[in-house]
Amino acid sequence: MSTRHARPQWVLWGSAALILGAWLWIFWGADALHARTDVARRAASTGTAGTLTLAQQLEEGEYLARIGNCGLCHTAPGGAPFAGGRAIATPFGAVPSSNITPDPTHGIGRWTADDFWQALHHGISPEGRRLSPAFPYTSYTRVSRADADALFAYLQSVPAAARANAPSGLAWPFNTQAALALWRALYFWPHSDNGRPADRGAYLAEGLGHCTECHGTRDFLGGLKRDKTWAGAVLPGIPWYAPSLQKTEEAAARSVADSVALLQTGQSQWLGTSSASGPMAEVVLHGTQFLRDADAQALARYLQSVAQAAAPATAHRSEHPKTGEDPRAARLYLDHCAQCHGKDGQGQAGAYTALAGSRGLLMDPPNNAVLHVLYGGFPAATAGNPRPFGMPPFLLTLTDADVAAVLTHARSAWGNQASSVSALQVQQLRRTQLSH
Amino acid sequence: MTAAVPAAVFENSMAQRTLACTGCHGPQGKSGPDGYYPRLAGKPAGYLYNQLRNFQEGRRHYALMEGLLTPLSDAYLKEIAAYFSALEIPYPPAVPQSATPTLLARGETLVRKGDAALQLPACVQCHGLALTGVQPSTPGLVGLPRDYLNAQLGGWQTGQRKAGAPDCMATIAKRLSDADVHAVTSWLASQTVPMPSNPAAHRPPASAGTLAMECGSAP
Repeated sequence: MSTRHARPQWVLWGSAALILGAWLWIFWGADALHARTDVARRAASTGTAGTLTLAQQLEEGEYLARIGNCGLCHTAPGGAPFAGGRAIATPFGAVPSSNITPDPTHGIGRWTADDFWQALHHGISPEGRRLSPAFPYTSYTRVSRADADALFAYLQSVPAAARANAPSGLAWPFNTQAALALWRALYFWPHSDNGRPADRGAYLAEGLGHCTECHGTRDFLGGLKRDKTWAGAVLPGIPWYAPSLQKTEEAAARSVADSVALLQTGQSQWLGTSSASGPMAEVVLHGTQFLRDADAQALARYLQSVAQAAAPATAHRSEHPKTGEDPRAARLYLDHCAQCHGKDGQGQAGAYTALAGSRGLLMDPPNNAVLHVLYGGFPAATAGNPRPFGMPPFLLTLTDADVAAVLTHARSAWGNQASSVSALQVQQLRRTQLSH
Repeated sequence: MTAAVPAAVFENSMAQRTLACTGCHGPQGKSGPDGYYPRLAGKPAGYLYNQLRNFQEGRRHYALMEGLLTPLSDAYLKEIAAYFSALEIPYPPAVPQSATPTLLARGETLVRKGDAALQLPACVQCHGLALTGVQPSTPGLVGLPRDYLNAQLGGWQTGQRKAGAPDCMATIAKRLSDADVHAVTSWLASQTVPMPSNPAAHRPPASAGTLAMECGSAP
């Protein structure tokens, strides 16, 4: 590269680099100091494995790994369990999950319980490297030492798989330790008290369950906004919308029993059938359906408190509801949707979503409703709902304008009042790849 | 407006549950209207189950299938496979092919006898003398659209489609020239499916000089 004609640019870049460097120096220093302090602290740690026998610890660890859904991210499609390799989408590139089987070379076979604790609690590898927050240690920092030890014991007991970790797909500078130091300084606060918490529901939701990692709103650097922990977000890489767990018109808990049903079976019967869908169906299938009753109850009670903390006086509806009757859209609905969802959007108990009053249909952004129509789908096949009824994809049979029209119709019929869906919105979602 | 609304009689049945499948694969899974989506009805249950797993585990790729299967359990996949396998639906007559008699003759030779020089076993050796498949996991090759057959052999050649290791079909597909792929798929697509179209219980006895193939998905 010739620099002859680029002198002013070099000056500009140089200054920018100096300023950035100064910032990084400050953040790096703070972060490194913190990590060192903790290494000293953990060296002094006496261990809190407590009174569990190894068998009990393994059983507890397996349960925790399930409800924390470790295997969902740490297993590639068709790959060995926990051997990593699934691409985790972030706004800055895909991060492949790592091998957490006991393989001594590629996995965590040489780790100690302290190493595992440092990764979970501080997001720092045994070599002292800052881990990517695609591994949500921002939540796992809340996990108790006893639970971390149980998880570690269980992971050490699964079959070792000699699968090498793939390099990060992050672009420079996001793949640097400096960038992570900066990010951590802005967004990461290691949890200070890691004994058994009083509120089991909060502990599960904010810790191992890492619910806010999807349901929380993030800023442009991918950090969770502290005041919008449960405010909802479109997921990076895949355009599903993880709804707000505060807003009554989105996915705020309606009753403890209803939340328990949704978490354990993937389906709710609140004023008509509705189901967890998209990535949440996977979370239910691999994780929350295995919640013990007491944990499901605790989690549901906590979700209830989250909902009530921010419940508005009245449900928000779009200011511009579509009121005009579109005969073509009504026709499309009768031809393609009414057979299952009912002429009046009443759904079918236990099988098909009731569209009249359906929060999933009426949410803004309407991504999930559009994705349902385009790609179809099944609810999670759980122990509580083992043979779910599926919806066919309409990607190949309906045009963007058709999908927009029929959704606009359904969002404004039978008392529904939500904004119209445009063909452009459908087109943008049609072009996205849902597979991962 | 009182147009004919489809009778919305809900049934607590597998047919009702699998409307998500039959939207593309045709009513009762007897193949789709556009000549691409393959038939499901009457195929060996083990074969159908293997394909569902292949999509779920990334050995076969089709975004719609992958998305639909992601939230389903292994037990449910088995039930869906068994349901479609048990449907006995007559096949439609074969679609006439425009291929030359020479090409069709080459296709028939490959299907019935293989080509020892190219180390190609005969299709009938594993897929049954009637080519309607063999229980429990080998599919029939007749009654499928030519475009679909071409896409599958092409997929095996490029690694886009895989089966359980050792992947015998990948080995075979890579030994086929483009002309031979064309010959085989043209001949297969021109055949009318015999009735009954049930998969054979066993493979035909191996004759002298039969090329042995190891197949992970149909051991």
